[in-house]
Amino acid sequence: MIVETGHFALVLAFALALAQAIIPFAGARLGDASLMRVARPVAMTQFLLIALAYGALTYAHVVSDFSLVNVIENSHSLKPLVYKISGVWGNHEGSMLLWVLVLSFCGALIAAFSASIPIKLRADTLAVQGLLGAAFLLFILLTSNPFARVAQAPWEGRDLNPILQDPGLAIHPPLLYLGYVGFSIVFSFAAAALIGGRIDAAWARIVRPWTLAAWLSLTLGIAMGSYWAYYTLGWGGFWFWDPVENASLMPWLAGTALLHSAAVMEKREALKIWTIFLSILAFSLSLLGTFLVRSGVLTSVHAFASDPERGVFILAILVFFIGGALALFALRAGALPISGIFAPISREGALVVNNLLLTVSCATVVVGTLYPLALEAITGEKISVGAPFFNTVLIPIALPLALLMPIGQMLAWKRGDLLAALQRLRAAFLAGLLALGVFGAFEGAPYLSVVAAGVAVYLIVGSISELLQRAGGRGASARAAVARFFQLPLSAFGTAFAHAGMGLTLLGLAATGWGVENITTMSVGNSYEVGPYHIVLTEMSARNGPNYSETYAVMDVRRDGEVVARIEPAKRFYQARKMARTEAGIVTLGLGQVYAALGEAHGDGTIDARLYYKPLVTLIWIGALAMALGGAFSLADRRLRIGVARRATAAIPQAAE
Amino acid sequence: MKQALKTLTLAASLLAPLAAFALDPSEKLADPALEARARGVASELRCLVCQNQSIDDSDAPLAKDLRTLVREQLKLGMTDQQVRNFVVSRYGDFVLLRPPFKPETLLLWFAPLLALLGGAAAIWRAVRASAADDGAPTALSEAEREKLRELGVEGEGASES
Repeated sequence: MIVETGHFALVLAFALALAQAIIPFAGARLGDASLMRVARPVAMTQFLLIALAYGALTYAHVVSDFSLVNVIENSHSLKPLVYKISGVWGNHEGSMLLWVLVLSFCGALIAAFSASIPIKLRADTLAVQGLLGAAFLLFILLTSNPFARVAQAPWEGRDLNPILQDPGLAIHPPLLYLGYVGFSIVFSFAAAALIGGRIDAAWARIVRPWTLAAWLSLTLGIAMGSYWAYYTLGWGGFWFWDPVENASLMPWLAGTALLHSAAVMEKREALKIWTIFLSILAFSLSLLGTFLVRSGVLTSVHAFASDPERGVFILAILVFFIGGALALFALRAGALPISGIFAPISREGALVVNNLLLTVSCATVVVGTLYPLALEAITGEKISVGAPFFNTVLIPIALPLALLMPIGQMLAWKRGDLLAALQRLRAAFLAGLLALGVFGAFEGAPYLSVVAAGVAVYLIVGSISELLQRAGGRGASARAAVARFFQLPLSAFGTAFAHAGMGLTLLGLAATGWGVENITTMSVGNSYEVGPYHIVLTEMSARNGPNYSETYAVMDVRRDGEVVARIEPAKRFYQARKMARTEAGIVTLGLGQVYAALGEAHGDGTIDARLYYKPLVTLIWIGALAMALGGAFSLADRRLRIGVARRATAAIPQAAE
Repeated sequence: MKQALKTLTLAASLLAPLAAFALDPSEKLADPALEARARGVASELRCLVCQNQSIDDSDAPLAKDLRTLVREQLKLGMTDQQVRNFVVSRYGDFVLLRPPFKPETLLLWFAPLLALLGGAAAIWRAVRASAADDGAPTALSEAEREKLRELGVEGEGASES
């Protein structure tokens, strides 16, 4: 009964989404405020209904209702509660339901925080959001019903894929979706602005916090996913240039570009057309990613062709929304006046270069991801585009971008002084050169690692020194400088943190070049070297978990004869799916990690193991956290906060048009 | 998008039942230099039954066979390129994670450069168009300064003077 209620709520939500798409839109065209006002309550109700449906499915998973296909295929009565809850989105139907839940949540957020924005813009935005919701709800109802029942319920379910039974899965997809689908807000605002024909700095002010929020979630989501892969895969890889990962990177790159161009548009009225385009692009790439992952086209072009129902449906949604938005863009963008003139050497100029490089990176990832699919579809020839390709073509774009980041930060708006900016970066250049020397002295890594480490240190110091110099000023006393430091606008901290975070991540990536690996057969009592550490296998045994059994090993991590840590790598076997999974033993020492994963156990009491020393590896994710923190600082800046747009609108009395 | 169900799912369902893992100690070559070359070659060859994993990272039996094959060929004194060619002659270009440079992949390899040039050209045109519109840019006018102040961004960046 609860399950049927959920299904029914989903159908109702679909009807409401249609109403949300049509009524406010008609109201905006007819100039009827009462019709436009329908948008907000409907958007909130639609969210509540989908939340109800989602709750119903979660309930079915929690109580192990094996009369549901979805529960049979993805759950097991012995599975720990947390994985019963997170397992809801660990499959196609459930993850699509989470997708629309987040989409409708975004709609509800717009409704809740848009009291101050022009009613027409709000109505059109929520109408577009409603149309998106209707399309995806229809997709779920017609092709991916999570509430399907079976006539004869089995006694037990088939359990969730063990690799997904991990705390990482409990956090990663919701965060990723908040970012991914969060860009729908910006998309809807862009489409609404194009429909209404009013595109000005005030619009950028309204949209920027939403962009920031989505970008922040996506950054954390991607970082979380990569850390999860790192500790789950058993050999410490964290990014594979897999199409599924690229699907999340594409909107991130476009979103990062958007964040910067929206800043230019908001402050200087320039780059309007481009900002609108990026707003459409970011979510279009989210849709493309959804298509890639959900249609089965990645597994094989042929599999897609033989069972195309879902794929074709998403493809139709994709073509409709991207095509529609771009058509609207082509129709309206030409009419926008070019405004906000600036010199090539200026903050704006630097941000244009930033946008160029980010967009080129994004285009490269898109082409690299789609090329094998297109080539196979056209010529039947199969090629692989893997990590070596992406590393080769993207590093030459990423390093110059990193070099430019602090320079752009130092340039003034409208017309900057390059020489002065470079002079102010003296400390950063010096630190970078020093780092080149220091890292160069450590042997064993390729030149590229040394160069990347130097650039990373330059970037970190450069990002922070902008803040310090603004606080310091000329001849200011230390006390005044400290006081001034804390009075700097939060968005300045945001920029500095986000840029320095990028530098930290880059440093962590560069440091992988100095990683040490020892693949060996271990026996109890013996010591094995990995980097500056020795690892001693002290015990090996077996035990049972709730729905698995495991072999585990206890290892002492020693440095200079002293035990500094103890790790417990394990290998689990999940009975229901007859699948094994490695649990790496990881300990963070300083900024680096010692990582151990178990392999085959032999009859003579020995066991194969992979031991790693990964210096500075945690910086990869600490950097991502710093980036997200930067985003949070900017979001908290009172001038950017969601909902302050009205005051800004009043301050710039629509002069822009 | 759904990283939750990334490669891992497929890889796991295909391979994990074996409960082995990628390279095991017995496969390693005695000569460290040769072993390092073997790792380098293996990391750019695709495991054909996995989704986007190299044979060096994969624990599929086929990947193990290929790793052994690569090491055998290297021991025979082949160069890295000869080993790659040998594997390609058996399995086709699909096995290369770094796609070969040939007419069908020109567009792929040149995509970043084309995007860069296209973007740069577009920017150049926009700059020219706006320059023709308004003449040379000047310093901030008092009105613009006022607006920046209202927005509270005055002083941001290198503008203290």
